[in-house]
Amino acid sequence: MAKFKLPKFLIAAVLFYAVIELLYTFELMNGYILHIINQSLIYVILAVSLNLINGITGQFSLGHMGFAGVGAYVSGTLTTLIFKINPSAPGGMLIFVLSIIAGGIAAAFIGFLIGFPSLRLKGDYLAIVTLGFGEIIRTIFNNIDYVGGPRGLLGIPKFSNFTIIFIATFLTIIIIRNLIQSSHGRAMLSIRENELASELVGIDTTKYKVLAFSIGAFFAGIAGGLFAHLLQLAHPTQFGFIKSVEVLIMIYAGGVGSITGSMIAAFALTFLSEGLRLGIRFIADTTGLPIGGEWRMVIYSLLLIFIMLFRTEGLMGTKESRLIKIKEAD
Amino acid sequence: MKRFALVLVLVVLAASIVAAQDIKLGGVGPVTGEAATFGVSTKNGIVMAVEEWNAKGGVFGGRKVKLIFEDDKGDPAEGATVYTKLIQQDNVVAIVGTVMSKVTLAGAPIAQDAGIPMISPTSTNEKVTLVGDYIFRACFIDPFQGTVGASFAFKDLKAKKAAAIFDIGNDYTKGLAENFRATFEKLAGKGSVVAYEGHPSGATDFKAQLTKIIAAKPDVLYVPDYYNDVGLIAKQARELGFKGPMVGGDGWDSPELVKIGGTAVENGYFTNHYSPADKRKIVQDFVAKYKAKFGSEPDALAALAYDATYIMLDAIKRAGSTKGSAIRDALVKTNLDVVSGKVTFDANRNPIKSAVIIEIKDGKQVYKTTVSP
Amino acid sequence: MSIGLFRIRANLEHSVTGFANIRIARKGTVRMGSIFNAQQIVNGLQVGSIYALIALGYTMVYGIVRLINFAHGDFYMIGAYASYGAFFLFNSFFVGKTGILAFIVLAASMLAGGVIAMLANQLAYKPLRYKPKLSSLITAIGVSMFLEYFFSALPMIGPSYRSFPDIIPKVEINLGLATISNYVVIDIAVAAILMVGLTILVRKSVLGKAMRAVSQDKDAARLMGIDIEKVIGYTFLIGGAFAGVAGLLAGMTYPRIFPYMGIQPGLKAFIAAVLGGIGSIPGAVLGAYIMGLAETFASAYNSLIGEGIAFAILILVLLIRPRGLLGEKTADKI
Repeated sequence: MAKFKLPKFLIAAVLFYAVIELLYTFELMNGYILHIINQSLIYVILAVSLNLINGITGQFSLGHMGFAGVGAYVSGTLTTLIFKINPSAPGGMLIFVLSIIAGGIAAAFIGFLIGFPSLRLKGDYLAIVTLGFGEIIRTIFNNIDYVGGPRGLLGIPKFSNFTIIFIATFLTIIIIRNLIQSSHGRAMLSIRENELASELVGIDTTKYKVLAFSIGAFFAGIAGGLFAHLLQLAHPTQFGFIKSVEVLIMIYAGGVGSITGSMIAAFALTFLSEGLRLGIRFIADTTGLPIGGEWRMVIYSLLLIFIMLFRTEGLMGTKESRLIKIKEAD
Repeated sequence: MKRFALVLVLVVLAASIVAAQDIKLGGVGPVTGEAATFGVSTKNGIVMAVEEWNAKGGVFGGRKVKLIFEDDKGDPAEGATVYTKLIQQDNVVAIVGTVMSKVTLAGAPIAQDAGIPMISPTSTNEKVTLVGDYIFRACFIDPFQGTVGASFAFKDLKAKKAAAIFDIGNDYTKGLAENFRATFEKLAGKGSVVAYEGHPSGATDFKAQLTKIIAAKPDVLYVPDYYNDVGLIAKQARELGFKGPMVGGDGWDSPELVKIGGTAVENGYFTNHYSPADKRKIVQDFVAKYKAKFGSEPDALAALAYDATYIMLDAIKRAGSTKGSAIRDALVKTNLDVVSGKVTFDANRNPIKSAVIIEIKDGKQVYKTTVSP
Repeated sequence: MSIGLFRIRANLEHSVTGFANIRIARKGTVRMGSIFNAQQIVNGLQVGSIYALIALGYTMVYGIVRLINFAHGDFYMIGAYASYGAFFLFNSFFVGKTGILAFIVLAASMLAGGVIAMLANQLAYKPLRYKPKLSSLITAIGVSMFLEYFFSALPMIGPSYRSFPDIIPKVEINLGLATISNYVVIDIAVAAILMVGLTILVRKSVLGKAMRAVSQDKDAARLMGIDIEKVIGYTFLIGGAFAGVAGLLAGMTYPRIFPYMGIQPGLKAFIAAVLGGIGSIPGAVLGAYIMGLAETFASAYNSLIGEGIAFAILILVLLIRPRGLLGEKTADKI
């Protein structure tokens, strides 16, 4: 019987929220920092959901942003093209929330479909197929003129704010954490450790693989929808392979299989990215070296290589912080 | 008496602080990523314009311009971050940027909400200025170019049948091609666009589409792609036996076009915002100064960025204030001669300008004619 | 099997790296239409030749270390830039002597591609050889990204497109049914020569035998006294060199190079290798030409389909016949 340590995590989360809100309201933090925090939170959702597929269940998925794209486009279409709402409209918030969830469900459906090839393919092949699916999704959106095609889906109303994104992130972490710590989660872990053995023990690997993909996709879709309503547009280029790799870097840096790791990495890397912008500008100004923002990605890719070579398990490995772990009653 | 002196001192102190205060101008462009060459040109144009204004004594009251330029990597999310940073962190009073429409569209709502006026030098998607009344642009829009290209092909090149090839993954080329087709068929009759082929982004081999196009025997081929694709397309088209003229848009504008395309781009024409061969003094001065500073001839992106900065600074000057609403009102009333022509704004804050047609002759860009709206 | 107008009979000795007897014969007259005509076929063969050179590298590396080297497409890019650099470096010394210049440029591309491949192997892949395969895969992604962004960031190379110089003047040849340039001939010929060379190497030389041994059973090969790492190193060298040549040919044929030019061809060549049976050298060649032709025909029909056909092929192959056309059946490893 597992006793949920929910209160501890809840307290930490509420504290975090309160601190950020206070800082912002009292103008100790400006909109720029808040924007980065918003982006970090969305990346947390993406990283944690990808971790469910890659880290917990051991299915190598390289097309995660494709799911986010589905979520972004579906929710964006609903709010912008079909219902044409905006934040001030009565009931607008409700339609927005429903649209985001619809986006998640659509993404989950795609994840469900992609779960099937995973049944037959392993490792590298699965990676390539998921990559292919991600690219196909992106290409499809690029060619549907109704949602803007290569122009992108424009004029999405700005519904996402810190509060909403925070709540979504919080729920994502709780749900996925609980899933992992449940018997379902243990089944998924066993698939990662040794698929054949878990089959022999009677675990329905098919069901769990497809489940992992679907749930991971669902939350990615939520993240995509939130992001689209933050930027006020959705464009096919935002959901390609390179973006999927960025999320991948996060979960590997943070520790594949660790939710805490994914959270920390999402924040760290998003802030690092912005920090590099300032840092490179500083170095360029002081030393006069002709380096510019283009070196950011060089550093990023080197980071990935170093993590793989020297600390493959990432920051947290497969451990969780005590705030997140559920205590098992012995 | 004492109080009056105190107040006077304070006023003078405040005035001198204000006078010494720089006016912060934000600049955004893709100096890295797929559109990096465009970003670099844009940055150069803005930088040069700011330097010139500062050399002439600043904008008003001796206040100089401090440019804060950020890279948007050609990515909408990055654009949103950068615009937010410029407005919230750096407290700019106005923004000149950016190049790619999809990034401008991510940044425009942020500027609009914050009441910060913004002018895009080269984003040609119609929807950009429709975001709000603080959003302006310095270039003509996609529909205009496609139309001009079609008119030119029909009237000047006397083409009766046309074909088009474009990048299906790119809103700019797609938009131009669509407008070209609509206008050409209006002029030459329905079905006069005998072939209309798309190619995937990043393709290097267009022979499949070109073979089809050539089989339909068009008089002119419309290629509204970017110069790197145009070079290859032209080469392959000539290889496959197409001898007619080719027409394109401002994406052709680059010295690399003739390097990649060689003799294949001869008998090629494109619509552009300006031509370095334009004899007007303002153009020649600009070209000379740019060459001296950056070592290469300025392309249209540099010219437009330069113009956009001039337009914005001119508006700030006329407004005599750094308040967003004042600058915006001044922008609306703009009537300025710039490198790319004379600029006034229409109701949607798009400039009313002409386009030039440039011919590629003997490996050089030759000014052919100007077309007014 | 029969593809359109060609009947290809593959006579295999050893399915993994054996010598393949490919006989290509034209079957009767050409079907009319702007899609399936001789011109398009020539187009497809030209594209396929370049894919073949890249695919060979993929398949060789996979056959030996079971790694999908994501960075392979970037060796192609490096080859293109190396030959560009070599051309401008040596151009003034050998004015008019096109033959020597062509040779230098060719050597430069092979050297650059091969050496960088070996370095990648030595620094990034070798340390992870006995760790979970996914780590190697991700490292390969990292290497690929690094090469692309690094070249893009270097001031003298930069992110922009560069026009590739005309090393050999272009000559048009009109064959009635199709117009081709000497570049088409060069592309196909160079690819063919290298493929034949490789097959001879793999079949006849000691190194080739060692390569075949290692790809069959690494541990047994080690027990037989074969220096595994050396063989792997050579495999990367050859594979990278081939990719480098492909880069040179591509630079010549589509005279525009930029740091990200390896992504798409790399991906397509990989799919071609999978189609043919990854690990199989004749498979890679077969897959590449099929891919080239399929892409050309598809693009002629509809550009949207043309864009997606590569992935469609991949997914079909992986769902219907994962081992590819000429690949060997591997039992699910326990």
